[in-house]
Amino acid sequence: MITHPNRRTLLKLAGASAALAGFNLPLSAFAQEANELVIAYNVNLPSWDPTVGPSAVNPTIQGFYQSVFDMFIHQDPDLSFKPGLITEWGWNDDNSKIFMVVRDGVKWHDGSDFSAEDVVWSLERAGKAETGNPIQFTWSKIGNFTIDGNRIEADVLEFDPTIFKWMSFLTGYVLPKAYYEEVGADGFEAKPIGTGPYMVESYERNAFVRLKANPDYWNGAPAFEAVTIKFVTDAASRVAEIESGNSDVTLEIPYEEYDRLTGGEFEGVAEPISDIAMIFLNDVEPMLDKNVRLAAHMAIDKQLLIDRLLSGYGVPISTLQTPEYIAYDSSIEVAYDEEGAKALLAESGFSPENPVRFKIQTTRGFKPKDYEMIQAIVGMWRRVGIEAEIEVYEIAQHFELRAADQLAPAAFYNWGNAVGDPTTSTGFAMFGPSPHSVWDGQDLMDRIIPLWGEADEEARIQGWKDVDRFIAEEGLVIPLIQYVQPIVYRPGLTVTAHASGALLPQLIGQA
Amino acid sequence: MPILRVVLSRFLTTLITLIGVAIIVFVVVRVVPGNPIAMMLPPGASTADIERLSALYGLDKSIFEQFTIWFGNVLQGDFGTSISTRQPVLDLVLGRLPATLELSLMALIIAVILGMGAAIIGTRYRGRRTETGVDLANGIGLSVPDFLWGLLLIILLGVVWPLFPISGRVSPRLDLPFSTQFYLIESIFRLRFDLTGNLLRHMFMPALALALPLAAIIAQLLKQSLKETVNLDYAVLARTKGYSETRVILSEALPNALLPTLTLIGVQFTFLIGGTVIIERLFSYEGLGNMAVDAVINRDLPLIQGIVILFALIFTAINLLVDMTYAFLNPRLRHA
Repeated sequence: MITHPNRRTLLKLAGASAALAGFNLPLSAFAQEANELVIAYNVNLPSWDPTVGPSAVNPTIQGFYQSVFDMFIHQDPDLSFKPGLITEWGWNDDNSKIFMVVRDGVKWHDGSDFSAEDVVWSLERAGKAETGNPIQFTWSKIGNFTIDGNRIEADVLEFDPTIFKWMSFLTGYVLPKAYYEEVGADGFEAKPIGTGPYMVESYERNAFVRLKANPDYWNGAPAFEAVTIKFVTDAASRVAEIESGNSDVTLEIPYEEYDRLTGGEFEGVAEPISDIAMIFLNDVEPMLDKNVRLAAHMAIDKQLLIDRLLSGYGVPISTLQTPEYIAYDSSIEVAYDEEGAKALLAESGFSPENPVRFKIQTTRGFKPKDYEMIQAIVGMWRRVGIEAEIEVYEIAQHFELRAADQLAPAAFYNWGNAVGDPTTSTGFAMFGPSPHSVWDGQDLMDRIIPLWGEADEEARIQGWKDVDRFIAEEGLVIPLIQYVQPIVYRPGLTVTAHASGALLPQLIGQA
Repeated sequence: MPILRVVLSRFLTTLITLIGVAIIVFVVVRVVPGNPIAMMLPPGASTADIERLSALYGLDKSIFEQFTIWFGNVLQGDFGTSISTRQPVLDLVLGRLPATLELSLMALIIAVILGMGAAIIGTRYRGRRTETGVDLANGIGLSVPDFLWGLLLIILLGVVWPLFPISGRVSPRLDLPFSTQFYLIESIFRLRFDLTGNLLRHMFMPALALALPLAAIIAQLLKQSLKETVNLDYAVLARTKGYSETRVILSEALPNALLPTLTLIGVQFTFLIGGTVIIERLFSYEGLGNMAVDAVINRDLPLIQGIVILFALIFTAINLLVDMTYAFLNPRLRHA
């Protein structure tokens, strides 16, 4: 404290004050306005059209889209389906037609009326290859739409039991027909409108998007008048954003930081999401040996990985289904059994002294502790007689190698499945002809093929459970853990996590 | 005339360099593992979908065919369309370039001020503890990389003492009246000093992080030059005339010691711009570097090509500028 200021001290203080004034510093540093929410998001938003291009199939940015656009069918935070812009839907008796009933009283952000024509136009557009919709192969399975008031009917051109689930999944958004046709693709990109809870006010590429509340939202006006979503891709910077008070909410930070922040003045929620860590096994030597595959799975202590590397945040899994998915079967379990793994390897002539050798590929830093997890697994394997060489690759390389069926005998990856259907997890990850699968065994394909067109839902789900049991018994893939998503927020907010992994501003409220 | 010949020769070299860079980057991004089509494959996609998407993005042709089409378009000013953003590449890179240039120039100004200040102080108080302190600071500045400075600044000036914003180029709450992307310069011309202050606050930490290693290099070289020149005859003569030591350094030694430092600044400035890739990412600064990281992660081939060519253009232009400045300042070249 300065009790006897002299001339020099006063001059210094004056200079400092002028400097601070010049920098436009606020008096109470970065206090947030009560009715405004600032989110430090972990990814960038490259493009606004949620139905076209690579952004449309990027699960991490669906939260942006769902703030502005409505999906045909919505999902609750527990992944259960509920009416969105269509309120009823279903099949006719012989599954040759589908019907949809469109919600009444909905308005686009420009004030115009939403109608059944918008739904039909969106579906027809999505089904055209030239629009660049990556899910075009699914949307083109329905056509010949007819509109009768609020009711839409369409012919089923190719039966797909999951078509309505896709309506709340990637590219399942309704866009405004009249507006889009008026402004074109570029105009829509510059000023997108939807029917969602928030409207786009401004958007700075690579920087932020500023949203304002849609007061006429059909599901009730959102809690905040304005929401700013900053694109803060560096995890350390996101921690600093929330700690400094520059942001109110952030996500996907290291679990250690989550514990530190929530142990102090911040609040948090850490819930399992529809994203799993797994190890693909390719049907090449030595993975053609069932004993090696099963031993590799049994030798992994998944709970130890969760406790030691992920600070306890994670759920061990034995199939590609998580407990939230419709085809989850808790009776299918591949338990940690080091001695059992040794015995299996011994049957094939392998031991710690004479180990089986293969390469395992992994990303480094793409998912939390991915490389460290593989290092730990390699250590566990060594104890039972598996000597694995780690090769680090970029995620882009993984996609290319997987599509070309050239992955190493073992390869780490993560798999999301926000709709929780077994076709979009076990189905595409394990069906040989799919570019996502590297296991080409005919016996597995024979089990999967009838399920693609199974119309009886109960039989379909049981069929996938049987496939999962077969995969576990044969050791065709190594499911590791279900990820837990850490979300940290300032006191005074309520945050509901969505199991899809999308942080939705409309699920954030004021306490 | 020799200067004109040098300039023409350098222009020709620059052109050849740019064509070489274009060929190399085009081939390299297609040869390295990581196919953009494979990255955008949704669940349920088939081999036919891969072929359809490859054709849609023109990636089904041979590299040579792709290059001739792309290069022909480039010559007409069309750098293609970004795969991830579906915007023209030229618009994207030119839209982000001003942010990076403003940040780099600010970093350069800070580096020059800090570096020259440290060199002058170190020379003025040579042989004393102050010089040791300057040398120590230089050593730290040289050994700590810019991204680490960035993290330290975030902790100190962003969290512990929250004086500066951690992310972004400008506050999202402000309405921006700008008609160009040179926000800082335009805010000054428009006399919108509230915006200038906001932009400077956002720019301060990333610019300082970029500047500190360069400041240390400038300080080290300039101090070395100054220590040599302060003992030359004209400096001794100035002292005998009664000039103070500070005046001897500033008015006699400094102008002659600056030339090698100037060349160094030009060369180092290109490295500084390269450093913006990491720093912009760290501070979520909406510049070209940040965009480059996204482009690489997403394997956005047209955007990577556009950014690399623009960086190459900037680097060669800076080198050209440095050469011309050096030629202009160096009497032996000027009067040759």
